[in-house]
Amino acid sequence: MSPVATDISARTTARTSAETLSEEDVALLRQDFPALAEIVNGEPLAYLDSGATAQRPRQVLGAERDFLIHSNAAVHRGAHTLAGLATEAYEDARATVADFVGAQADEIVWTSNATDALNLVAYGIANASHGRGGEPARRFALVAGDEIVVTEAEHHANLVPWQELAAVTGATLRYIPVDDNGVWDAAAAASVITSRTRVVAFAHVSNVTGFVAPVAEVVAVAHANGALVVLDACQSAPHRSLNLAELDVDFAAFSGHKMLGPTGIGVLYGRAELLNALPPFRTGGSMITTVTMEGADYLPAPQRFEAGTQPVSQAVALAEAVRYLQRVGLDRIEAREEELAERMLMGLAGIDGIRVVGQPLGSPRAGLVSFDVAGVHAHDVGQFLDAQGIAVRVGHHCAQPLHRRLGLTATTRASAYLYTTTGEVDRFIAAVAGVRPYFGVA
Amino acid sequence: MSDALAGLYQQVILDHSKQRTGFGELEHADAQRFERNPTCGDEITLQIDMEPGTDRIASLAWHGSGCSISQASASVLAGLAPGLTTVELHTTIDEFRTMMRSRGVGEPDEDLLGDAVVFQGVSKYVMRVKCAMLSWVALEGCLADVA
Repeated sequence: MSPVATDISARTTARTSAETLSEEDVALLRQDFPALAEIVNGEPLAYLDSGATAQRPRQVLGAERDFLIHSNAAVHRGAHTLAGLATEAYEDARATVADFVGAQADEIVWTSNATDALNLVAYGIANASHGRGGEPARRFALVAGDEIVVTEAEHHANLVPWQELAAVTGATLRYIPVDDNGVWDAAAAASVITSRTRVVAFAHVSNVTGFVAPVAEVVAVAHANGALVVLDACQSAPHRSLNLAELDVDFAAFSGHKMLGPTGIGVLYGRAELLNALPPFRTGGSMITTVTMEGADYLPAPQRFEAGTQPVSQAVALAEAVRYLQRVGLDRIEAREEELAERMLMGLAGIDGIRVVGQPLGSPRAGLVSFDVAGVHAHDVGQFLDAQGIAVRVGHHCAQPLHRRLGLTATTRASAYLYTTTGEVDRFIAAVAGVRPYFGVA
Repeated sequence: MSDALAGLYQQVILDHSKQRTGFGELEHADAQRFERNPTCGDEITLQIDMEPGTDRIASLAWHGSGCSISQASASVLAGLAPGLTTVELHTTIDEFRTMMRSRGVGEPDEDLLGDAVVFQGVSKYVMRVKCAMLSWVALEGCLADVA
């Protein structure tokens, strides 16, 4: 065994169950996840694609079902009993999610997913740039010469909306470049953010490399230059304790389905002062105070962003997912995933022809690992693993510019969550070791 | 390892993905098409050159990057197409597309498809059908350009 491996096992045993999840803890909580008992291609499912979407516990499935059976109604309209119950559940869910990320309830806007949340901000700024929202919205207005800054590692959801915003306002989109490993640092950010910068948007945790961004440093530089900070928290909110007020970001987005919740529900966080000044992106019913044939006045945030019938049962189920995560403990989940990522990295390091993208072993990394297998396309790698019941993500992971910068078109990604066992990681490593021999390139 | 995987990755496919027939560029091309599979980033540029004064394909070349299925499919196609008329190729492409949509059911016409019948195993994998179709769609575009 290598010295590194000895260190890891020593550390794993040194952690108490208050600090991390033991195999016994994981075995117990797996009983809550019916999907994990599936047999795939004759083998027990090893689900290593939680970075794309997580499986859901019975508690979350049950909460949505119970709501639909006992309380289903449209919210914020109607006066009957179920309408009241539904509205209460919907707003309680908002308070639960707000508490989860260190926010106030009125700073949480329901969206259909994180992509939707990021578009809400980008199009709100576009509307402000076109004069909508009156005096309070002028702080957001962009003109030619203003700059929007993203990173070269962004998911397309946190890149394309900003490209569109630049195109419709005449602002310039600039980016923080990544290094040869696909990661960046605070110094690189500081060299791109200037007094012309009005918006800085970046992922808290990269969905490809697991890189954890230096949020505090970027926020300091951005705010010193008068720029707004938009945080893509899709890969952080499900996996680590998050306090958005402490991080001092201006906006943040995350999705329900990556954190044990349903699809069709996402969250936009915005500082209350900003949300109440940002013009709405979608308009219509339930977001107005007074409507005449000539115009309309809008409700305060968050309702001004929630036009139309809302995903109520999804919000209720997401709140149950949050309570589940809180019961297990986000710090324990983060510690456990860090151990699993190290186990993956060490295992892959022992296989010829594997190039892991991202920061080297020993640097902070969330619980996911993307890699290239020399001579074998990622789709073939994924197919080979799938035949053994191992589910991984293959492709560009909605981050084409990052892959292009790394000289790759596609990678294979394994991502862990609170229910991932070391046995699954070991099966994954053993299967990857068989890839190049099978395809005749080793 | 499941037997199903062997049905997908038949030896002919694995061989073609490494010894790629027609890989490269033509000095002269009557038509050229670029096709991309946006879900995986696979891409191919396919060229054809016609026998002068006929509707018969003289040569076909392709280059690009992709998974073993897409590479092997282009390689098999490059072995199949030269010498065939555009009408014959349309029939062949239709037969290939029917087979790829068959989910593994039925008997493909081996006289028409030759080595390409090995891709019937791929048709059971819905997620991989596009990989096999990529070069054939590019050829279909080229045929439209020379029509």
